[in-house]
Amino acid sequence: MSAEEKSMSIIVTKGSLDWAYPPFILATTAAAMGLPVTMFFTFYGLPLLLKKLNLQVTAAGNPAMKMPMMGMHMGLPNLLTAVPGIDAGCSIMMKNLIKKKGVASIEELREMAVEAEVRMIACQMTLDLFEYDKADMIEGIDIGGAATYIEVASQSDINLFI
Amino acid sequence: MADHTLDAKGLNCPLPILKARKALKEVPDDGTLEILATDPGAVADFQAFCRQTGNELVEHSEDDGIYRFLIKKTPK
Repeated sequence: MSAEEKSMSIIVTKGSLDWAYPPFILATTAAAMGLPVTMFFTFYGLPLLLKKLNLQVTAAGNPAMKMPMMGMHMGLPNLLTAVPGIDAGCSIMMKNLIKKKGVASIEELREMAVEAEVRMIACQMTLDLFEYDKADMIEGIDIGGAATYIEVASQSDINLFI
Repeated sequence: MADHTLDAKGLNCPLPILKARKALKEVPDDGTLEILATDPGAVADFQAFCRQTGNELVEHSEDDGIYRFLIKKTPK
């Protein structure tokens, strides 16, 4: 640990493939730089703790999403983003790009976060609300609520909401 | 000659840093870790990593798209 040790917390609220990256990248990197890190998973971020992940990107509501294709950057007209199968297609393209560019998978980053002793808290209210079972989540996570997070946040130097 | 070499070529952010952190654990105090990478972002990132962790970035260079970093592990 460095002499001037800082700590970080992140509230993880989004569970799509693209939105899963920032919290896991920052958590693993901060941990690698010696910061104690806590991640609080709530609402659509909670399923990122499920043992089996099958993350997708959502083209709808993501109007700036463009992918490199045939030497250009191509986006989808908003109307087309609602067509069935579009999200699955975009997700396959994204996962291919991720592999091709040497970017870690979310599964890999999550494993590294666990290894680096990043503390992960699942939101109890979200577990109840969306009927998730702790048994379906990865090992070693804590369960907590808003007060648990506030206690962590009040002792952290960096608090992010993603 | 470095005590350990980490080949992080082809890996993208933040993998070179994460793997370097792991590799540093195997390096003895005052020993050195050499890292080879192709991610141009690694240049700024390894400087920041060393400033934050207190390890010494002894040198870094670039040759034909391959970045080479030499980190000396500072005893805790």
